[in-house]
Amino acid sequence: MAYQLQLGKKTYAFSDLKTLLARATPLRSGDQLAGVAAHTAEERVAAQMRLAEVPLATFLEEQVIPYEEDEVTRLIQDRHDAPAFAPVSGLTVGEFREWLLDYETRAEHLKALAPGLTPEMVAAVSKIMSNQDLILVAGKVRVVTKFRNTIGLPGRLSVRLQPNHPTDDPKGIAASILDGLLYGCGDAVIGINPATDNPAACAELMRLMDRIISEYEIPTQSCVLTHVTTTMQCMERGEPVDLVFQSLAGTQAANTSFGIHLEMLREAREMALGLRRSTLGDNVMYFETGQGSCLSANAHHGCDQQTLEARAYAVAREFSPLLVNTVVGFIGPEYLYDGKQIIRAGLEDHFCGKLLGLPMGCDVCYTNHAEADQDDMDVLLTLLGVAGCNFIMGVPGADDIMLNYQSTSFHDSHFVRQSLGLKPAPEFEEWLWRMRIFSRENRLLPVGDGHALLAAGGTALAHGNA
Amino acid sequence: METPDSWTRLRDFTAARIALGRAGGSQPTGPLLDFRLAHARARDAVLAVFEPQELAGTLREMGCDPVVLDSCAPDRATYLQRPDFGRRLSNDARETLSALARQPGPDLVIMVSDGLSSLAAMEQSTPLLQALLPRLEADGWRLAPLFIVRHARVAIQDEVGGILSAGLSLILLGERPGLGSPDSLGAYFTHRPMPGKTDAARNCVSNIRAQGLPPEMAARKLHALLTASRRQGLSGVGLKDDVSFLPDSASPPPLAG
Repeated sequence: MAYQLQLGKKTYAFSDLKTLLARATPLRSGDQLAGVAAHTAEERVAAQMRLAEVPLATFLEEQVIPYEEDEVTRLIQDRHDAPAFAPVSGLTVGEFREWLLDYETRAEHLKALAPGLTPEMVAAVSKIMSNQDLILVAGKVRVVTKFRNTIGLPGRLSVRLQPNHPTDDPKGIAASILDGLLYGCGDAVIGINPATDNPAACAELMRLMDRIISEYEIPTQSCVLTHVTTTMQCMERGEPVDLVFQSLAGTQAANTSFGIHLEMLREAREMALGLRRSTLGDNVMYFETGQGSCLSANAHHGCDQQTLEARAYAVAREFSPLLVNTVVGFIGPEYLYDGKQIIRAGLEDHFCGKLLGLPMGCDVCYTNHAEADQDDMDVLLTLLGVAGCNFIMGVPGADDIMLNYQSTSFHDSHFVRQSLGLKPAPEFEEWLWRMRIFSRENRLLPVGDGHALLAAGGTALAHGNA
Repeated sequence: METPDSWTRLRDFTAARIALGRAGGSQPTGPLLDFRLAHARARDAVLAVFEPQELAGTLREMGCDPVVLDSCAPDRATYLQRPDFGRRLSNDARETLSALARQPGPDLVIMVSDGLSSLAAMEQSTPLLQALLPRLEADGWRLAPLFIVRHARVAIQDEVGGILSAGLSLILLGERPGLGSPDSLGAYFTHRPMPGKTDAARNCVSNIRAQGLPPEMAARKLHALLTASRRQGLSGVGLKDDVSFLPDSASPPPLAG
């Protein structure tokens, strides 16, 4: 169906819903690269005005990618919960924005609404929202998940400890893990991006983290961020797998290019649940996403990258993950050109994921060919802290020496926790107190050479090649 | 005011920025400025204005007579946002090449581009070619003129090689700078090049720089790979890389600053 808007003497026409969504998207290089962005600033606002008039119910009738062609569309449609949708079923996109901002719309309403929302509805409303709207509404939503600790509680911000090493050297990785733990990081997960997808090498890293977590009785979980099929091989061999990782995208074609489909993820989740390694809850999946992945796989169907990103969240929520991480600036300036675009995208992704009921974290990051620097990351980090983001990354000195990009550091987590009064996950906080890493005021305590972790660190390092 | 960390000895195990110490919970001034310096160097490498004539002058001293071409990307900002422009030649470049085409085509065409690091192209391409060209000439390779292509991406060598009907096409271009490696060069080649070939049909030698794979080593590796490609009649995932006498190039970069 075509959409039109009269602005003075000019008529703007948009051939279908996906085109209207694309033209209404705040400016970003990836949509220009795909040839779907608005041609002028005025056309963009015209599209936003027209989009604001579209009834939410329209999104149940007009698909951006056909049902017959795409299993992600089928998942979205088949799982739609009509009773949950009822409170907003009569609203337009513009009215929905106001409903979300209303004083009376609270956490419990948003939690109940989540199964009634589709990614396209959420993407649509985000496109007409300002940055402050995205922060305010996301801040109302709490998504709490559990494995060996509790992530996402109000007033808490967790950190993924990311101890990558360019050759997966176990001693090098152990050194970064100890550094991160001594800075109070690692409550979301200790998660390694391996340099190789080889199952034996991944298993060695799994055993290294398992030893450290068991020896120091750390209430957290580990993950090697390798392809789901590699993790499944490791589980078959009895390796200590806590969380199953996978990158996700919002179209079936892009997921095919990642070598995955929904049934494979179902099977992996069942295997991980069968290991019974969690103590508090059954959230065993860790997913990563990022705007632009469908376009880079040439699988975007003429849609804008932010709508497709929201569709990836529909895939994620099918599997009740512990963590969903939007790796916002990793993909490069051809998708998000500068700090302004990265900041906007980070807020959109966090908002859309939270509204769909996901435990959203964000890798606040950029590459060296993007028009961005650490000051831009400080801004996004602060905004996400205010918006109630579940977790961020902790990379030594913010410099990932394996993936060659910049993220947030262990020190950054102290900045944001200190400035906004945020605490680690409660079980992990207790551990930090017990280990005399944090004071009761959650300040870093002086750590001497004889600290248990360093003596133990000696153990971890000594066993590094086992 | 600064609280140093007691575990600085762990730095022996990794080039990661660990045991930085702290001021309150924040980074001390030294590590903060070290990081900023490394990022500044990487940014300078990405944004540095590439002077093809300067590189051409250096290459002429080696006895080459390079021809300068442009991709479809008119400037640096467009180049960074439109990778598709960097993969295609400008109309002028295509005409220049067509005028140079002869039958039969050359065995190999080599080109140099700034890519994502002008610094890499300026620093590494000359020593690499100095070591590579004599080896190829000694083996009797028929080489096309050397080209310098401004604002190129991997894949443009397929179009260049296709127009010239070259047997193989090799591009040397600046890689995306890491914080500790602003000057890293990459080399990519294709057998029977033509537009439309994918990454699976290309071979790559990366991290070419003094602290990574030194240019002289890279030249030996490329010479062996190109020779194998010509002999086996293919490139890409099917090419057997039997260049095992070379050291591993994946050692971690030292911290900058």
